[in-house]
Amino acid sequence: MITIKSDFLGMKLSNPLILASGIMGTSVGSMNKIADNGAGAVTIKSISKEERLGHNNPTMFSFGDVFMNAVGYSNPGMIEAKKEFSDIDKIGVPVIGSVIGTKAEDFVAVIEELKDIKFDAIEIPLSCPHTPGFGVLAGQGTPEATYRITKAVRKATRLPIIIKLSANVPDLTIVAKAAEKAGADAINMGNTHGPGMRIDIDSGKPILDFKVGGISGPAITPVTVRCVYDIYQSIKIPIIGTGGITTGRDAIEMMMAGASALGVGTGIYYRGFDVFKKIANEMEDWMKKKGHLSLKEIIGVTYEG
Amino acid sequence: MRDDYPMSLEILEIEKEAKDLFTIFVKNTLDGFVPGQFVMVWIPSVDEKPFGVSYLEKDRIGITFEVKGKFTKKLAGTKKAGIIGIRGPYGIGFPDPDSSTIVIGGGCGVSSLAPLIEKIKKSNSIIGARSKDMLLFRNRFKDAHFTTDDGTFGKKGFVTEILEGKLSAPDKVSQVFCCGPEIMMSRVIEICKKHRKKCFISMERYMKCGFGVCGQCMCGDKVVCKEGPVFESKDVEGNPEFNHFARIKSGKKVPVSDYVRWRGCE
Ligand SMILES: Cc1cc2nc3c(=O)[nH]c(=O)nc-3n(C[C@H](O)[C@H](O)[C@H](O)COP(=O)(O)OP(=O)(O)OC[C@H]3O[C@@H](n4cnc5c(N)ncnc54)[C@H](O)[C@@H]3O)c2cc1C
Ligand SMILES: Cc1cc2nc3c(=O)[nH]c(=O)nc-3n(C[C@H](O)[C@H](O)[C@H](O)COP(=O)(O)O)c2cc1C
Ligand code: FES
Repeated sequence: MITIKSDFLGMKLSNPLILASGIMGTSVGSMNKIADNGAGAVTIKSISKEERLGHNNPTMFSFGDVFMNAVGYSNPGMIEAKKEFSDIDKIGVPVIGSVIGTKAEDFVAVIEELKDIKFDAIEIPLSCPHTPGFGVLAGQGTPEATYRITKAVRKATRLPIIIKLSANVPDLTIVAKAAEKAGADAINMGNTHGPGMRIDIDSGKPILDFKVGGISGPAITPVTVRCVYDIYQSIKIPIIGTGGITTGRDAIEMMMAGASALGVGTGIYYRGFDVFKKIANEMEDWMKKKGHLSLKEIIGVTYEG
Repeated sequence: MRDDYPMSLEILEIEKEAKDLFTIFVKNTLDGFVPGQFVMVWIPSVDEKPFGVSYLEKDRIGITFEVKGKFTKKLAGTKKAGIIGIRGPYGIGFPDPDSSTIVIGGGCGVSSLAPLIEKIKKSNSIIGARSKDMLLFRNRFKDAHFTTDDGTFGKKGFVTEILEGKLSAPDKVSQVFCCGPEIMMSRVIEICKKHRKKCFISMERYMKCGFGVCGQCMCGDKVVCKEGPVFESKDVEGNPEFNHFARIKSGKKVPVSDYVRWRGCE
């Protein structure tokens, strides 16, 4: 029997496809919809200590394979989030809590406030390319900052910790190792790329209100594959490959590069809420054709072979 | 592959419709637009917000809006030949009206119903507002039923009273289309239920992407921008958030009454 069931950080997943943070993860209702459409697990939209309005619109748009966004981490803040997500156990699949902050103490404060919410893991993005005070723009993409924040978060929770990295840092493997050394249980590779910018030539103005924004969608798949491949060789903890996955082919490719689980966000835009079911079916079809019985036979084969 | 970015268009005309209510006209670039669907209107360097289409002509469309906060103030201040961006159409609109469809619009809600009113018997449409100076389209649809809360034009009272009358009369009514404040729509749903009539309503929630990615516009289990904004009443019945809660720009869930009073700042 072919199976794409996955065991990831103690979570029993019906398939390795995880809803990426910031896409539809605003409420129990939105995540239920994604679970019903076949996701193996879901991630909430990132939560900060204080309420944030985010950037003005346009906050996202697409040009073919390129999807750009500068949402600016809008979220209701940790106090409201506690109410919003109080009944996530109604969602039929594991739920990952995404927590953002400027200083290490901020991450800890949010984790403590949300400690009664039944998350299955905590994800820490240190990688947003377009929000002042957070991620790369706050210097969180360096090995030192990654180590310091991961260490602080490690002390604050017993849940598995996933550190979400940016492809836009010079010493990616060193950053990944720093996260591992500080106690991370997995790496999510990665966030949106860029930032990039597009200008409306009739008005002469940038399309995104924040002017620049992160790039996602099929255009970034090759970079994600390369990043996953690079860090797979340097760490022992498992990797979630995120960035551009839209088809079963992309999914298999990312696993061959070394990913044990897969993040899917913008794929929803290109193929609908049921992109999860579609990708899962395409993965199974391919495995059937090739005679593979489980994903273990695929993960990291490009490196090992 | 899809493209979804604002298309820059020149403003052809801007007209005052009533107190704090204006219509801008731009070239019609919308492919297969169905009334009830919406577009995202962009003022470069200001913001981009969702609006219905109130005039659907071969060469141009009109967007009728109420001046509320920063964006709509700026929009009202735009001039002929100024540039705005339009993307869309998005969402699911109303079904085709037949000769026994009743259309009800409250306040600014009538704007996205107007292209449908064009198509039906005017006496099958009911348009309401708080007061005469805020009433839309009383010259455009002379034979429609009008109500004002204060009695300054048409019948004094609510649109729902006229609906009750129509549904109680022997006239044949197949279905009811409605767009307006949620409290009004939920009353219309009740009335239609009592009279066993099909009812379609159009919902508003804070929107960012407009195409089912950001999750900002959730109402219970519904993604309003993608699965709506027009819903058949049976699909929102029992929805714990409809007529109760909506999310403001941050995603914070607040009572609908606070949501409509909420004003964005810079
Ligand atoms: C599908 C849909 C169709 C709409 N059609 C029309 C229309 O035809 N005519 C019209 O006048 N208005 C329409 N609206 C409402 C319109 O989008 C808001 O009035 C407008 O965004 C107000 O912007 P503002 O900056 O002037 O006000 P703000 O001060 O920013 O907000 C005023 C109020 O407008 C609403 N609002 C603000 N931003 C948004 C947003 N991004 N998405 C949804 N609601 C928002 C909120 O209720 C808020 O309380 C529609 C909304 C939706 C969701
Ligand atoms: C609209 C949008 C909002 C996002 N918001 C967040 C966020 O709040 N937190 C986060 O860690 N990543 C966020 N991301 C990044 C995604 O989780 C993901 O890492 C990235 O989009 C690449 O994957 P994809 O191509 O499958 O979308 C966002 C991406 C998009 C497109
Ligand atoms: S506005 Fe983004 S999902 Fe509806």
